[in-house]
Amino acid sequence: MLRINCPWCGTRDQNEFRNGGEATVLRPADPQSASDDEWADYLFYRNNVKGVHQERWLHSFGCRQWFIATRDTVTHEFVDTHPLPVATGLGKV
Amino acid sequence: MKGYSGFSLLRNALSGHKHWPRAWRDAVPKKHYDVVIVGAGGHGLATAYYLAKYQGIKNVAVLEKGYLGGGNSGRNTQVCRSNYFYPDSGAFYEHSLKLYENLSNEVNMNMMFSQRGVISICNSRHEMEQFRRWANAIQMNGIDSEILSPAEIKQLIPEINLDCAFPIWGGFIQKRAGIARHDAVVWGYARAASDAGVDIIQQCEVTGINTSDSRVSSLETSMGQISADRFALCAAGHSGHLAAMAGLRLPITSVALQAMVTEPVKPIFNVGLMSPRIHVYVSQSDRGEIVIGGGADIFNSYAQRGTLPIQHENMQALLELLPIFGRLRMMRQWAGICDMAPDVSPIVGQTPLENLYVSTGWGTGGYKAIPAGGDTLAYTIANKQAHPLIKPFQLARFSTGRLVDEGAASGVAH
Repeated sequence: MLRINCPWCGTRDQNEFRNGGEATVLRPADPQSASDDEWADYLFYRNNVKGVHQERWLHSFGCRQWFIATRDTVTHEFVDTHPLPVATGLGKV
Repeated sequence: MKGYSGFSLLRNALSGHKHWPRAWRDAVPKKHYDVVIVGAGGHGLATAYYLAKYQGIKNVAVLEKGYLGGGNSGRNTQVCRSNYFYPDSGAFYEHSLKLYENLSNEVNMNMMFSQRGVISICNSRHEMEQFRRWANAIQMNGIDSEILSPAEIKQLIPEINLDCAFPIWGGFIQKRAGIARHDAVVWGYARAASDAGVDIIQQCEVTGINTSDSRVSSLETSMGQISADRFALCAAGHSGHLAAMAGLRLPITSVALQAMVTEPVKPIFNVGLMSPRIHVYVSQSDRGEIVIGGGADIFNSYAQRGTLPIQHENMQALLELLPIFGRLRMMRQWAGICDMAPDVSPIVGQTPLENLYVSTGWGTGGYKAIPAGGDTLAYTIANKQAHPLIKPFQLARFSTGRLVDEGAASGVAH
């Protein structure tokens, strides 16, 4: 059982959470002019990091807030969790 | 290589089993090969075997960072089937199933391939409608599938609880599907490939990939630099990690899929059973263990273990369907790292680097694809063009949008 520290609710069991994938995926800056390859890169291609990884989680059976976690994909250790920057008014991810 | 036969068994039994030859050579890496394959699991070894045996390329090395078949090839649940929805997938996996049917003869190793039938059951009316469509599609692909009523399921599996939490509405069976012993598949291909001239090099980890002019020139390994004309990555969950060494990204996410076995018991369960809805699949191995799998852990992982809530869900589903197994004790649990593509279909063929090929995206179903994956990748490497069966499964499909979305038809929901 992973224990995940929701930045809003504190540490809870993993069953309360959904994983939302990599936190570093950026939508093409100019969608109208992005090529097929750029769209493919945004939609499908991932860094799939072995080691420390930035990812999004949703506390779906809690406060229902998205947040960002830094987690090691080899040990499953959570290094850090923090709110989405937009939620704290500090700008984009 | 001396062939295995009833006669060789008798001769070695009479001489005290002291003269069995080694199954494969422990090779020392050469400086240069025609083809270097990274990963000595089923796919890597099968690719090497078909290259050496059928494509005339014998100067081949298979590099393995751990031991032979120690990754997903030794961690799957042994199910072989070809009941896929789309014609592209059906043709590919049917080719694989047909190769499995003759694999024991092909590589002279008893695969214990048992075509005992695999039943998919559905637990709601709407799912039953989907299943009829699915079963029809499989028949249209020229592959056997038959709809079963709940009574027919009960006849095949007397232990099943039809009135479980989500009552069983019916299902379908592929009678030619079954299980084969996974270690034998790996050892069989390794032995036959080694005999055909392939160097199998264990404990040799790739630590870097050197590129120049859109080509891979050599690999940095724990046993020194090895160069080759062509390279293939057959590293399942670690494909993305390796590709990154060559400066490539892949549309792959690595997740852990667990499986577990009970203590061995006498034969009691003579089919494969899967429920996509309450999410469990179960069969009985030749050793008597009840083999259980289910959903994957839902986050990126390179840890080969998995987490407790998924085990809990698997057990709940198993005991709903087959309460009789509640008296059994669990013996082992493990996880393999699955290379999930966005459309849950494989990615086999050339990469943007001219002489680098990948075999990945096998996700939760790579075991059944081993013979066809090896056969078609070997053809692709040797002829420098995609084998007709894997043309739909090229990396370029993510840019063109022609996905082969087998998410539903892989037998379990992902």
